[in-house]
Amino acid sequence: MIFLDYYKILGIDNTATPKDIKNAYRKLARKYHPDLNPNDKDAKKNFQQINEANEVLSDPEKRKKYDEYGKDWQHSEEFEKAKQYQEQSSNSRGARYSETSFEGNFSDFFESIFGGAASAGRSRHVKYRGEDYNAELRLNLTDAYKTHKQSLTVNGKTIRITIPAGIENGQTIKIAGHGGQGINGGPNGDLYITFSIANHPKFKRLGNNLYTSVDLDLYTAVLGGEITMDTLNGKVKLKVKPETQNGSNIKLKGKGFPVYKNEGHFGDLYVTYAIKIPTNLTDKQKVLFTELSKS
Amino acid sequence: MQTEYLIAVDEFCANHNIEISFISSLQQTGLIEITTIKETGFIDAGQLQQLEKFIRLYYELDINLEGIETITYLLQRIKSLQDEIITLKNRLRLYEINE
Repeated sequence: MIFLDYYKILGIDNTATPKDIKNAYRKLARKYHPDLNPNDKDAKKNFQQINEANEVLSDPEKRKKYDEYGKDWQHSEEFEKAKQYQEQSSNSRGARYSETSFEGNFSDFFESIFGGAASAGRSRHVKYRGEDYNAELRLNLTDAYKTHKQSLTVNGKTIRITIPAGIENGQTIKIAGHGGQGINGGPNGDLYITFSIANHPKFKRLGNNLYTSVDLDLYTAVLGGEITMDTLNGKVKLKVKPETQNGSNIKLKGKGFPVYKNEGHFGDLYVTYAIKIPTNLTDKQKVLFTELSKS
Repeated sequence: MQTEYLIAVDEFCANHNIEISFISSLQQTGLIEITTIKETGFIDAGQLQQLEKFIRLYYELDINLEGIETITYLLQRIKSLQDEIITLKNRLRLYEINE
């Protein structure tokens, strides 16, 4: 457990007046409030500390206790005293109230000194949505290709979600009601899942289109023919035109990535030919190539 | 029009312990929309999250309506730039060596 210097957190000294505390809190809250810093974990952490510091220092009773025992919290005797005091004085334990839906948990340090006691002196008992949770889910490109179900554990609860085919790397989906519990009977927050889709060794994706390259032997490239290649949806046969150039592209319509939430619609697959020059030629082959070069 | 997704303004204000004039001001600045049915104002449930955010900014952080308007615009800009970064990152992956 780390000792938290609430004065330092608010950037004030221990002689600060209630007005100084209020001003310092307002200033920092405006800077770090999660509404102003969406999806910023550091800001959220800072805001929780600021909130906690304000919770203690703006309450004369708590501030007195903090000033008295705060720095010496490791001294068990005083610690016990603080605990007893808290048990006697707090009759609202476990019913913490906050005006903000971003309160989250107070630090272990706070809990050890003040328990889970409710904020005193707040008057606006309003219903608020619970905190929104953010999570990241890593998928392979092949996972994102098909609609599938996946189980997630969020705060000890297992939920099963359906991930629609075509989800994009970096895309966020909202699972309503699976965030933090509402405050004062307010609705639960939401769970936001951001997808991180790993690169595929063969296929690159841009939007709904896929890009890949296939090796082509020199003879097929020159004379034309048929090859079989892999797509994310199985193998396909491909007709190769005679005199195909190295690095040339073809488009396989509808063989790309599924369009998100648009079942049956797919992007295209762009194939780049990589022509392989034969190696370890036999003497006969060398003669034939020489003849060819003179023709 | 379905009314089950609409919340009466006065009910909302009573629940949140805020003045109706605050909601009216938000409507006047175009930050929220109010649907009037039989002379009663309703808020679409889809705006609830945004509205609660405005309440927090106004009552907890003492930010006035002009400030809320500016913040809302800038947050939208940030969101759109973040989306653009995601698109560009995904485009960049085309040229990256496989992880």
